[in-house]
Amino acid sequence: MSLQITNLHATLENGTEILKGVTLEIPAGEIHAIMGPNGSGKSTLSKVIAGHEAYIPTAGSITLDGQDISEMSIDARSRAGIFLAFQYPNEVPGVSNANFIRAALQARLPKGEEIDAVAYYKHLYAQMDLLEMDRKFTARAVNEGFSGGEKKRNEILQMIMLEPKYCILDETDSGLDIDALKIVAKGVNAMRSPKRGMLLITHYQRLLDYIKPDHVHVMAEGYIVKSGGPELALELEEKGYDFLKEPAFA
Amino acid sequence: MFTEDTATALLDEETHDAINIDRTKGDFTFPERNKFDAGWGLSSATVDYICDVKQDPDWVREFRHKALAVFESKPTPTNWATKDLENIDYDKIRFYLSDGEKPKRSWADVPADVLETFERLGIPQQERAFLAGVEAQFDSEAAYSNVKEELSKQGVIFVTSAHGLKEHEEIFRPWFGKVIPTGDNKYSALNSAVFSGGSFIYIPKGVKLKQPLQAYFRINSESFGQFERTLIIADEGSEVMYMEGCTAPKFETATLHSAVVELVALKGAKIQYVTVQNWSSNVFNLVTKRGLAMEDAEVRWIDCNIGSRLTMKYPGVIMKGERARGEVISIALANTGQHQDTGAKMIHAANNTTSNVVSKSISVGQGRATYRGQVHIPKHLKGCKNNTECDALLINSHSRTDTYPAITVKGNRHATQHEASVSQVSEEMLFYMRQRGLNEGQAMSLAVNGFINDLVREFPMEYSVELKRLIDLEMEGSVG
Repeated sequence: MSLQITNLHATLENGTEILKGVTLEIPAGEIHAIMGPNGSGKSTLSKVIAGHEAYIPTAGSITLDGQDISEMSIDARSRAGIFLAFQYPNEVPGVSNANFIRAALQARLPKGEEIDAVAYYKHLYAQMDLLEMDRKFTARAVNEGFSGGEKKRNEILQMIMLEPKYCILDETDSGLDIDALKIVAKGVNAMRSPKRGMLLITHYQRLLDYIKPDHVHVMAEGYIVKSGGPELALELEEKGYDFLKEPAFA
Repeated sequence: MFTEDTATALLDEETHDAINIDRTKGDFTFPERNKFDAGWGLSSATVDYICDVKQDPDWVREFRHKALAVFESKPTPTNWATKDLENIDYDKIRFYLSDGEKPKRSWADVPADVLETFERLGIPQQERAFLAGVEAQFDSEAAYSNVKEELSKQGVIFVTSAHGLKEHEEIFRPWFGKVIPTGDNKYSALNSAVFSGGSFIYIPKGVKLKQPLQAYFRINSESFGQFERTLIIADEGSEVMYMEGCTAPKFETATLHSAVVELVALKGAKIQYVTVQNWSSNVFNLVTKRGLAMEDAEVRWIDCNIGSRLTMKYPGVIMKGERARGEVISIALANTGQHQDTGAKMIHAANNTTSNVVSKSISVGQGRATYRGQVHIPKHLKGCKNNTECDALLINSHSRTDTYPAITVKGNRHATQHEASVSQVSEEMLFYMRQRGLNEGQAMSLAVNGFINDLVREFPMEYSVELKRLIDLEMEGSVG
């Protein structure tokens, strides 16, 4: 059971290659972190896994527990178990958070089956309590007028509610103060499970103080250039990304 | 916390079923068994035929014939409106069809096929659930008309217009054709010549109806024109909400629906008129609706236009008494092959009158939405206020939206405000929603519902649920 990315290449419509052959396996039960400088392709990797149509996969494959999902639509991948916590979550004007999450859950049910509203709200409120979110939040439109911290917490709430098999968190720590970071980490840690794999994309070691990864990968210029244990993140923190430029890593 | 969301979700099943009307539900028809058929085309003989069948009094016969002359003399308004109007072939329309039955006061007495029609549309169920009275029109005439007994006892009149003009002439006649004169436009003249069906409502002084009255207009026959005529008079200090729904099956040929609705809100009265129309895509829907608001009175049009080939409808309010208020809240959804040409007319005719127009349109595929607004505030008045907001949402690049606001404000003692916006559902927003598992249609539907959400709240809950379902259906079919 794993999310397996093999020799993945992807280009923009104009032909610029962003991913130049990424191979990565995230087994269920593990947390992997990808670090790397701006422009290294980290965020693109997360979007290509999710099926974003602005990127054209030119080679390689993505398999989820053995099933090839590279040809699947964005929403089919989501329903198959891929969740992406966005770095910049979009606003959905006029659609309440409660309705949005309910619609996403409803989309996972067989035709004709309806979500039980009472049970749904009970479950939703419990998860909001975990993330220290005010009840008023359910009636607010998705991400509209949210602070940076509220948006990130909202992403984690959606992730918890949708119970994905594989979670990809794209710079979830950026723009968070330390208190918000702790709450987000609490939510993510609550999701740790032997049945679930996670991929954290981050610039900074800071997030990894609160969410302990099993493996750390370093990405640069469209490749994974180094993989190691949690200590790799500390080394990066200490030496900066420049040390990647040393001939040994070229 | 009990939010609006939970309220919608927690509806009991029966209520839920009662309001669950979808488009496929309206797409059926029964064989015609018309005792009276005015035949094809429109002439003075057609008008006489209708008068004879309906046993109209002489003043009505005269009114109709004058109107026919006005209709014939007026050009089709293609100088400002769409050329598609020229495709209406009046020789291929039947102007009056009925089984000759009088409207029944009990569903048990309604003919089986008609009863089944309205049951499939959920009308008797709705009546039981939340309505104070119902009129159900089948082609030209009402098949059922009833109002709760306690309301009749209070003097509330809710009958067909034919019944109203005969049995309540003293209230009916002074206002009939006064808010919308025959010659207002070509289609009001057409309606005045051949009108049949529709409601006459009178709410006595101080009577405030807690539950809405509802009319349902059903077209069953092909190549048919439905011309209902409604007059609502709310006497001083009274309040009423009237809701209308409409459907027709999908026929091969064009169908014409041309109604005239006149509202009169006397001093301090309030009338809310709610429409949810879901016409099939071959209906020409050319409707004139206007209200008169006297001192401290309020007229609100809450209007949702889904379906039809062409809808032209600009509900208006003439604010004739001081401090009168007028409001038009409208939602229009134009799918491929449809043109929603809608708007509002606000005529300020007294000091300190206030009007509000909020219009939201959605254009999908090659659908076209047009907003036409008219706000008129003459120079000699003071303290008038108007707020106009028009927002358009485009679902793809083939869609078209136009806004033609005309705000005529003379003098400097007034306050007006106009805002317009055009937006699109962006690729990134769609990516976000689809990443949560919604397919493209579901994501679009949610985005559209979000766009109109603040207006949907203005509809009675039973209708707002139906509205959301209709939009879901439209959106599901619109993305490939």
